[in-house]
Amino acid sequence: MFKNIPLSAAIGLIITGTYFLAAIFADLIAPYGMAEAVGDVWEPSSAEHWLGTDQIGRDLLTRMIYGGQTTILIATLATILSFVTGSVLGFIAAVSGGWIDQIMSRLVDLFMSIPSLILALVILSSIEATVVTLVVIMGLLDSTRVYRLSRAVAVDISVMDYVEAARLRGEKLSWIIFREILPNALSPLVAEMGLRFIFMVLFISTLSFLGIGVQPPLADWGGIVKENKEGINFGIGAALYPAVAIATLAISVNLIADWILNRTTSLKGGRG
Amino acid sequence: MHPILKLVAERLGIGLLLLLAASALIFGLTEVLPGDAAQAILGQAATPESLANLRAEMGLDRPAFTRYFEWLGGIMTGDMGVALTNKLPIGDQVASRMSNTLFLAFWAAIISVPLALVLGLIAVRYQNRWPDKIISGITLASISLPEFMIAYLLIFFFAVQLFWAPSFASINDSMTLLEQLHAISLPVAVLTLVVLAHMMRMTRAAILNVMQSAYIETAELKGLNTFAVIRKHAFPNAIAPIVNVVMINLAYLVVGVVVVEVVFAYPGMGQYLVDAVVKRDVPVVLACGVIFAAVYIILNIVADVVSILANPRLRHPK
Repeated sequence: MFKNIPLSAAIGLIITGTYFLAAIFADLIAPYGMAEAVGDVWEPSSAEHWLGTDQIGRDLLTRMIYGGQTTILIATLATILSFVTGSVLGFIAAVSGGWIDQIMSRLVDLFMSIPSLILALVILSSIEATVVTLVVIMGLLDSTRVYRLSRAVAVDISVMDYVEAARLRGEKLSWIIFREILPNALSPLVAEMGLRFIFMVLFISTLSFLGIGVQPPLADWGGIVKENKEGINFGIGAALYPAVAIATLAISVNLIADWILNRTTSLKGGRG
Repeated sequence: MHPILKLVAERLGIGLLLLLAASALIFGLTEVLPGDAAQAILGQAATPESLANLRAEMGLDRPAFTRYFEWLGGIMTGDMGVALTNKLPIGDQVASRMSNTLFLAFWAAIISVPLALVLGLIAVRYQNRWPDKIISGITLASISLPEFMIAYLLIFFFAVQLFWAPSFASINDSMTLLEQLHAISLPVAVLTLVVLAHMMRMTRAAILNVMQSAYIETAELKGLNTFAVIRKHAFPNAIAPIVNVVMINLAYLVVGVVVVEVVFAYPGMGQYLVDAVVKRDVPVVLACGVIFAAVYIILNIVADVVSILANPRLRHPK
């Protein structure tokens, strides 16, 4: 699989891998404690503080590492939730057809007719934002998009002869979904997963920036922008580091998704 | 009845149903989730008796169904109730903020739509050559950053380093149009950048799709010059997808406005909504949420109707 890997995808894999490793081992590599004030307000970068310090004198590199941990954790869990619910419901709709398909598809149309950000704002005005509620809200809102894709892919697959054969053998719904359709629908779904993950990173960063996502003292990339935004007016770029982090992560995941998509389309002769 | 009118009427009917369903969904979400206005006013420490009293006083003890239709009727007639936090009528706030938001969105649209169409055409004309590659590179970069990041990058360079534009977009009626435009120049630039990328990419795809059709090849082969091919054959067929692209992106602008207004402390609907969410002012969130959703849905309906009307095959049925 990793033979003949194009340069762009290799770069993407390395950068994405670095971010995930930094997130997993944040406690080991962060030079200071997450909420520990170790210097003056907005110190410039130095040997002790590589990226300088933030608005209350915490080490910014430490905040960025822990922030990456929170952002990546929430985005990953929300992506998984979105894919599990979205694809299972999409497959069920495609295989059952009829009124089950109609009801689920129209309900998804309704949810997709309202922008996710607006729906998330309405929901978050009533309930407390914690890591768990954020993951559930983001994951379920986004599963509508996964539902559409997996239903479309599964409708194509479910008319294949081998699915017909499985039905005639008398296999149960769960067998048809997990043994016949899922293995064949996996590649377009995996490529889509990368794009949904980026969307989740942008989504959680936006919510935290607006003050209704991850709550302090927990750090996350959107929150770091919110905390340090006043500095920008004094020419202090502390709030811009998360921009670099989000952009590089997003672009590198995109590069991997492109590669997977190209690989699978060339394998299947154009079908993505 | 002309079949196309029937199609349009059908689409409008479905759109109305969707609007109704969306408002019910938004109202329903705040009903199902724990906590209500009475709880928000009295706080967590309230006794069950005082809660019940206040609920009866505010009419919250009546069935959700009744209250939904009262609320919907209120929204329709401009009476949106009062905000929990400052007891001011929501309708007045919405009216003044709505015009500010529309002002911002209008200028963003005026700049981004023609720019995106021209750049999209350039990308098609120089397909797979350097102008196309630069355009897709910028697209990738701008969809990899959230709106507020683009905003702060622009503030950092253009407001703080170069002093070209203010970093806070406060406007009022005593300013001249030129002063107001200067005040909103950065938020307009951010919104333009955000929708430009999507719009350019979709325009490029739409035009490429038309240019690759068999009838374009036929027109070229029968000896028409390029201009005639575009005017007579490509353009009429490209209107529908392009209008669609524009409408979808204007709808996208509606969401982008929420974040951009917060960054620039711009007194519009988006900032009002986010403030209300932070203060848990549910009536304001409901009113703003349903307005944003309605604008989004209506723009999508307009896109559908225009593409039906612009489709030559539907206009001249066999």
